[in-house]
Amino acid sequence: MRRHLNILEFALSSLWRRKFKNMGLVIVFALIVFVLSSILLLTHAFKREAVLILKGAPELIVQRIKAGRHDFIATDYMRAIEQMPGVGRVIPRYWGYYYDPSTRGNYTVIALYDGLTSSLDMLEGDFPAVGSRGTCAIGRGVADARVTGIGGRIPLLGEDGRLYQFTVTGIFRAESAIVTNDLIVLTPEDFREVFMMPGGSATDIVVEVYNPAEVANVARKIKERFPDTRPITRKEILRTYDTLFDWRSGLILTMFGGAVLAFVILAWDKATGLSAEERREIGILKAIGWETADIMELKFWEGFVIASLSFLSGLAAGYVHIFFFGASLFSPALKGWSVIYPEFHLMPTVNPYQISVLLFLTVIPYMAATIVPSWKAAITDPDVIMRG
Amino acid sequence: MKHRIFITLLSLLILSVAAMILHGVMKAGEMERTLATVRKTVNELMLTDLAVWTEARYTRHPSQADIFAPFQDYPSSIEHFPAGSIMAPPVEILEAHGRP
Repeated sequence: MRRHLNILEFALSSLWRRKFKNMGLVIVFALIVFVLSSILLLTHAFKREAVLILKGAPELIVQRIKAGRHDFIATDYMRAIEQMPGVGRVIPRYWGYYYDPSTRGNYTVIALYDGLTSSLDMLEGDFPAVGSRGTCAIGRGVADARVTGIGGRIPLLGEDGRLYQFTVTGIFRAESAIVTNDLIVLTPEDFREVFMMPGGSATDIVVEVYNPAEVANVARKIKERFPDTRPITRKEILRTYDTLFDWRSGLILTMFGGAVLAFVILAWDKATGLSAEERREIGILKAIGWETADIMELKFWEGFVIASLSFLSGLAAGYVHIFFFGASLFSPALKGWSVIYPEFHLMPTVNPYQISVLLFLTVIPYMAATIVPSWKAAITDPDVIMRG
Repeated sequence: MKHRIFITLLSLLILSVAAMILHGVMKAGEMERTLATVRKTVNELMLTDLAVWTEARYTRHPSQADIFAPFQDYPSSIEHFPAGSIMAPPVEILEAHGRP
């Protein structure tokens, strides 16, 4: 044990002699681990949260597609779908988008449906009362953008050119911003009037299926009966979010690729050979009686000191960045052109898989790149090494 | 002497990572309850997507967008919203091209 500590002490002294170079190395290494761990933690936490939340999404949605575009669906389709075996409630959904020129933000406008309970824990205030006109509930992002609160007014320019004023009766709490941030909830009557929606049509249809195992079957039957429709199952929604941040996405490919490439350059620089000074040091150690195994241990400790300090500090910084600061460094890239953007606090998770991926991408190649050239030098005759 | 400083520093870093994992476990229980309420909101309002990228309809509702949505402004138009380059294409498109 004493021997190992002495070699560690020697390794630390050796590193300290070239302190600026090694401190620079630790900072760059830690930065790469920080970027890689931030991406891994963010994407994993985001996907996990999306899947947990969207498990509450409708089991089956039926859209109508016209010339490759999503089009209004006739409510007549509902009666035929209701007759299908295994189908429960069939509910029309009314929703659309509204561009607000004053804030330059896009809002998602949805209409309430019959049977909605107004006892949502995520709403401060109330939903517009059934049958009432001129009232709305809004998301936190809309309230902040319009600088309004309960009792305030939201103007919407109708498709008939008239300006409609809606009194805010409820605001969604910030905790639900990840799904409600840009929402404006109206009554169906107001929705139809603002968007001049033709009677007997809806944006799409939600279909309740009694047996979850039958959803794909019902979807297939709907598609056969109405070839102009596109059924979307909850499973498909979840899979879309599960693959949202995979390697094909630009963020992952560019940032992850850039960080890995930077690390490859770092490791390559180490692996392509030792400096003349390092080679001479190995030669002298061999000449004064150090064994090859001792030199290998020395180089192992040198690599371990740099890699462990960089890895742990990079990982901790990545965690703090994602789960305490809401990925603030990535937000300009994540935000894109979105004006209404939620402030989300993701559920913190670090699992052994993520740590192993990071270890295999950074620490293991770095250790190998440190030890292999040293081993080559250590097995050479000291006289040859010292003479260069 | 130097090895004592290194071992102390390393132990502090290991402790901070352990504290991080513990923080995650403790926070997860608390956030699980919030998420259950958010899930109920999604269920009650029949929502389908996250309100993260509001710049275009296919980024606001990626699961609801048809496969031409990013390119449908005019014939042979290109996709031009930044969020479109952050997200991976929906599974439906990948499957349509035989790449699940």
